[in-house]
This record gives sequence, C-alpha cells and structure tokens, in this order.
Amino acid sequence: MPQELNYLKETPSQTAGPYVHIGLAPGAAGFDIYKQELGWDIAGPNAKGERIRVEGVVVDGTGSPVKDVLLEAWQANSEGVFAHPEDSRDVENGFRGWGRVITDFETGEWGFDTVKPGASPARGGTLAAPHINLWVVARGINVGLNTRLYFDDEPEANAKDAVLNLIEWEKRRATLIAKRSERDGKVLYRFDIKIQGEDETVFFDI
Amino acid sequence: MLKPAEFYQRDREWHPPALTPDYKTSVSRSPQYALISLQGSPSEITGPVFGQNDIDPVDNDLIKNYAQPGEGPIGERIILHGRVLDENGRPVPGTLVELWQANAGGRYRHKKDTYLAPIDLNFGGCGRTLTDENGYYYFRTVKPGAYPWRNWVNSWRPAHIHMSIFGSGFAQRLITQCYFEGDPLIHKCPIVNTIPDPDAIDQLIARLDMNATIPLDSIAYKFDIVLRGRRSTLFENRLEGN
Ligand SMILES: [Fe+2]
Repeated sequence: MPQELNYLKETPSQTAGPYVHIGLAPGAAGFDIYKQELGWDIAGPNAKGERIRVEGVVVDGTGSPVKDVLLEAWQANSEGVFAHPEDSRDVENGFRGWGRVITDFETGEWGFDTVKPGASPARGGTLAAPHINLWVVARGINVGLNTRLYFDDEPEANAKDAVLNLIEWEKRRATLIAKRSERDGKVLYRFDIKIQGEDETVFFDI
Repeated sequence: MLKPAEFYQRDREWHPPALTPDYKTSVSRSPQYALISLQGSPSEITGPVFGQNDIDPVDNDLIKNYAQPGEGPIGERIILHGRVLDENGRPVPGTLVELWQANAGGRYRHKKDTYLAPIDLNFGGCGRTLTDENGYYYFRTVKPGAYPWRNWVNSWRPAHIHMSIFGSGFAQRLITQCYFEGDPLIHKCPIVNTIPDPDAIDQLIARLDMNATIPLDSIAYKFDIVLRGRRSTLFENRLEGN
C-alpha cells in the first residue's frame, strides 16, 4: 500500500428543508429569539455609492414560485472591496457585504436593499464586472446553488467579464443580468432565478 | 508575498446530486444543465466575517434561550459538540455555526409546521455560536423527535439537527444535517439517501460521547464538521498566477 494522503472529506450537504427560517431568520418563522438577526443590513449606513434594491422570485421547473427559499448575498462595496481580511483595502464602517434574504410566503417574492458593487478583483490581475454572488437554499435543493447577479447597465464591463465569457452559450449569459428600472425615485433591479427548465439560470460550481 | 489560494475542488460525488427522485421535492427543484465550474477568485475565497458582537452568549444554549424563567423544555438533555476542521485537518476558528431543530416531540416552531405534536412553550429550536481558536463548538439542547413528512405516505425523518456553517470563504458555505447514532430511521430516509456513498452518510451521524457526558445532567454527542480545504500558498497555486 502506498502512503495515505490523510485528507479529510468535506461534510456532505443536506437540504436546508422547509424550516430553514427557524435557524437563519427566526422572525420569519414567527418568533423572536435573538437580540439581533444577522444579514438584514448588507451595506450599512455609511456605504458610498448608489443605493439600489434588488427584487425577484425563484421559480421551479413547473414555473411555480419557490416560496420557502432562502438566499444569501455576498458582494464588494462600491469600490470593489470585499469586507474580508484577505482584501487589504478598507470598507466603510458598517459595510459587511453579506445579507440574508427570505421570501414572502404567499408569493415567493423577495427583495433586498444594498449598494451597487464596483468592479472587483478577479483572477490574473483582471477585474470582474460588478456583480453580487448569490447562494440559494430550499427544501428540495440538496446542495446550495451558487449564481451571480450582473447589471444590465454595465454592458462594457459585462462583455469583458471572464466568468460571463466562460459560459459557452451566449443566450444563457442573459440569465445572470438583472434589469434596471426605477420605482418611486429608487433604483430597482429585477432578477428572477429559474432553477429548472426553459431559460434555466446558470449555476456555478465554485 | 504569499497570498492565500483557492479551495480544493468540491467532490460532487461525495455530496448528493441535484436530482434525487426518491426525495420528490428535488425533481422540480434540480437544475438540468451542468454547473459551470469556476476557478476561485476573490468573490469565492472571501466571505462574511462574524464576531462576538453579532451573537449573545446564551445563543448556544437551547435549553435556556427561549425558556420562561425557572422553566425548561421537555426532552432528553444533550450536549452537541465537536470541531469545525478543513480538509487539511486544520481547525477553522471563529466561524459561525447555526443550528435549528424540532422539539422533543418532533414539532418545529414554524408557522408552516402543522404536525399534531405540540409546540413546547419553553423551546425555540435554534441556536448559534462561534468556534473557538481550536475550531471547537458546543451547544446544549434537547434531542429532537422524529417526525412524519409528506414524501411517501409513510415517511419519517430520523431525529436530526440542521446545521449551517460559514468558514472563511463563500465557497465553503454549507448546510447539512446531523443524525444520531443508532437511529433505525436513518437508512430509511430518502433525504439521507440522497447521498450516494455510505461512508459519506456515516459522516453525518453523531456518536454518543460518554467522555463529554455530564454525569447526572446531559448525554453528549460528538459531531465534527469538515469544510473545504485550501491549497497551500505554493507560488504555482497563487490566485494571481498563470
Ligand atoms: Fe428537519
């Protein structure tokens, strides 16, 4: 027998199930337990840049909204800096860049407020087009699904983005582009996620 | 300058596939196209950082964190403890571990759970903690009950605790479930059986840990969690390198 490598195996994933809110957003499950729930304020009060709202719905293979989904967002600030010790630059005080998003149980609609991220560092010293990383968990999803939200008002940056360009089928790239509009003077991006079927969203193995 | 590099590739054959027809809900909630594989970039190797200010010391004590003063939940008192490690066997310190579970009767405190077992007025069913510098965590709780669910007509979940773990990068984000040694429902469960490899299923079964049991008080179960490991900082593996 050759030597053992002795790596451990990653703990296998299991579905978050229908009651994920109890653990990660107990207020949504219908009770107050923690002094503060985590992830409701992505950008904080001091973040520079454009304030935006992102809204969408997650749709299953039958075309029905997934009403028990939970999403997490991870993004850089408006200057493309991640609030993480491995990014040597500073972010605004209170900017975390991470958020938790739950749906309306009746409609499956979700939304979150943040700032539009800037272009952030990518591999090989290049820049990634502004984007928000999303992680989607729900009953029936065995391993959380990773995707990225890009912005339709960044056509030049999107055209150069290495991750978008990695998607061989150009028409599938469109599933990752959020559509900008305005409502009551506020900037809104629409981003629907289709787990399965026609126009299925691109998901990544990251 | 040595920069941290990307995570080891996730072993998708160790995890459940997306489409697992015996777990019926997965059929319409599984992507049909292949995932697009990305090499790590800052979007994936960074992730949220949490500190003691984010949580409360009582948050890891489910026997106390929702109980009326002087009261407590009904059920078998247990300690659930272990370490969060990476695939290199190194501890993951300061990482957020969150859990949620049904009460001893198998009922969740959730407005969508209508199982006929009663709510326990003294049990919320969620907790959270940060691992210490050795990657160690512990919770005090009651052992959850099995409960029925709509899959086949007569499907029962084994006793389990849902767990959510962060690690240092968004690519390590993980949700899983912890089962308990000796439960005959484990291998009958379509959700457990989404995992193809029996050794991987074993990795989700916490063991009775008599050494950590508190005499005359609580039984202990040990459950170690492994997150993805990272490449060493060899120059040829640097994120910037090409
Ligand atoms: Fe459960």
